[in-house]
Amino acid sequence: MYDKEEVTRVREAKERWEETTVQQALARFPERYETFTTVSGQPIRRLYTPDDVADMDYLRDLGMPGEYPFTRGPYPTMYRGRLWTMRMFAGFGTAEETNRRFKYLLAEGETGLSIAFDLPTLYGYDTDAPEAEGEFGKCGVAVSSLRDMEILLDGIPLDKITTSMTINSPAAVIWAMYIIAAEKRGIPRRQLGGTIQNDILKEYIAQKEYIFPPEPSMRLVVDTIEFAANEMPRWHPISISGYHIREAGSTAVQELAFTLADGFTYVEAALERGLDIDSFAPRLSFFFNVHNDFFEEIAKFRAARRIWAREMREKYGAKNPRSWTLRFHAQTAGCTLTAQQPENNVVRVAIQALAAVLGGAQSLHTNSMDEALALPSELAVRIALRTQQIIAHETGVTNTIDPLGGSFYVESLTNTMESQAYDYFRKIDALGGVIPAIEKGFFQQEIAEAAFQYQMEVDAKRRIIVGVNEYVEDTPMEIPLLEMDPQGYERQVARLREVRRTRDNREVLKALREVRRAARNGTNLMYPILDAVAAYATLGEIMGVLREEFGEWEEPAWF
Amino acid sequence: MANRKIRVLVAKPGLDGHDRGAKVVARALRDAGFEVIYTGIRQTPEAIVEAAAQEDVDVIGLSILSGAHMALVPKIMRLLKERGMDDVLVLVGGIIPDEDVPKLKALGVKGVFGPGTLTQDIIDFICRELGLETMPAMAAAQS
Repeated sequence: MYDKEEVTRVREAKERWEETTVQQALARFPERYETFTTVSGQPIRRLYTPDDVADMDYLRDLGMPGEYPFTRGPYPTMYRGRLWTMRMFAGFGTAEETNRRFKYLLAEGETGLSIAFDLPTLYGYDTDAPEAEGEFGKCGVAVSSLRDMEILLDGIPLDKITTSMTINSPAAVIWAMYIIAAEKRGIPRRQLGGTIQNDILKEYIAQKEYIFPPEPSMRLVVDTIEFAANEMPRWHPISISGYHIREAGSTAVQELAFTLADGFTYVEAALERGLDIDSFAPRLSFFFNVHNDFFEEIAKFRAARRIWAREMREKYGAKNPRSWTLRFHAQTAGCTLTAQQPENNVVRVAIQALAAVLGGAQSLHTNSMDEALALPSELAVRIALRTQQIIAHETGVTNTIDPLGGSFYVESLTNTMESQAYDYFRKIDALGGVIPAIEKGFFQQEIAEAAFQYQMEVDAKRRIIVGVNEYVEDTPMEIPLLEMDPQGYERQVARLREVRRTRDNREVLKALREVRRAARNGTNLMYPILDAVAAYATLGEIMGVLREEFGEWEEPAWF
Repeated sequence: MANRKIRVLVAKPGLDGHDRGAKVVARALRDAGFEVIYTGIRQTPEAIVEAAAQEDVDVIGLSILSGAHMALVPKIMRLLKERGMDDVLVLVGGIIPDEDVPKLKALGVKGVFGPGTLTQDIIDFICRELGLETMPAMAAAQS
């Protein structure tokens, strides 16, 4: 991209500058640290020049937005054409309460739904299961049967709005509930748009909401990918997620590398099923964390797009450019929120959200300032949504595409992270692939190590967290927290018992038998699950059959 | 005092899989010289108390980020009492609203540690509560 002689002149000028101007300055004012690193520990130079990106070939490495290798963006006009989807992750208590929150968020201008389920639902238990004790509605909304889903989506225009559902092990069942709820309202499944997270690999790696062992879990994922390819052209059957990997303590490069490695694993599993790559790859989507280190995050998103495009085209032979493009949702980093001086979180979230936009996100959730304390209050969630609206409409950053493209620093960091991701791909391959690496605890140990190092740096004040280890205040600031319906649990359990009492149990039993048969004979599970859901079989009943057939996964407890 | 290392059970009750904090604390305690047993995730109160009895621990650290602490901790405290183990030092870490802290303490929980806690604060707290004059690493070295 640069003339060789010009680069040599720049390098010489920089060396001269280091030896003279910088040395004189350092003699009077030493720098604040001996080495400067990103929040992930990536060393950062004092200054970047064309010399740091001398090998870059503009057309090969960056290209044009909407064209291979998509470094600058997946779409030709990006935010000039359409803003990102403002999609606030929400859910608590009963379906009624969460439905009210959805309507509030839509009225305040959010443009997509995102459903958070409670822990029993995430583990495939009904609210009244003994394993669910104490967990109802705490981390999201409880959905135990189609009835809950109908209430949850009541009055929501499912033919117009897209919905993302953070659900993994029981994704097929919850998705089936969404589909049946829509169809009962006369909206055909082909018209439904949205995403199920359905990324089981990162559950073993980081979030730990696995149920079955990896093999049957992957089979279930491929069943959903196949079903989407055949029946749901507007749906993303998987959101390959780095978010939780990062929240568990990984570095930015680990998040990038492990997420893309998971993505390749899903592609390979679907190819193994015999699916044509261009029949499903355009509907794969991604979900990344957006953390504190501004430029590192932007570089991560740009590197992700370039790696994915290259591998999909070169390695997997996809022909459709849509198969090459990595499109992602981003969420600001929950683990950076502080319980101390929670108002400061508004500022953190704004800066992180700006990084997501400058990194070219298609969809964004902004965390609420109170999330290190409780589920978000209406006030806190409104400020979080307004943060996106301010970035979209007031800052001017949406006027041009990839405004940081060409920055010596950002391009150099993009290249470095890309090459470090490939180092990880080689390590994972050497371990036999993602699933063997999970079984050996490779990812888990890499992440735990990074998390521990980070905490040690915070403990030693080598990293300053405002309000936590510096600028500490004794008098806590008070912010109002969410109050949940105290009768929610009773209401939910009563409804569940009513469902079990009034449905046709013969039909339920027959449908559950079909689920078991499909689990055994390897036919696509989505179809019998849809029938079981429509008969009001509960989540716990359907997942119970699959638990019996597939067994449960247990992770060795090490630290 | 120091015939054996101080034994700590780090446990994750309930369905919550957020194990970042539990693992960081477990490792920091081990590095400080404690003998640490980590249960792994998704443990029932019964399994945790059983593990505490089997391992004859001095300290139990419960990590809960899901909000289910007011259902899980009372059960664990009751089971400890039933087995005559209410002298074991119990700490809770995670997302615990301020208003629940006195309730947990009334049940016999000695320390509650929220987000932003430095690992050294937890180590110091345990040493103080157990009346250790020196760090456990040093106590073990003397034994």
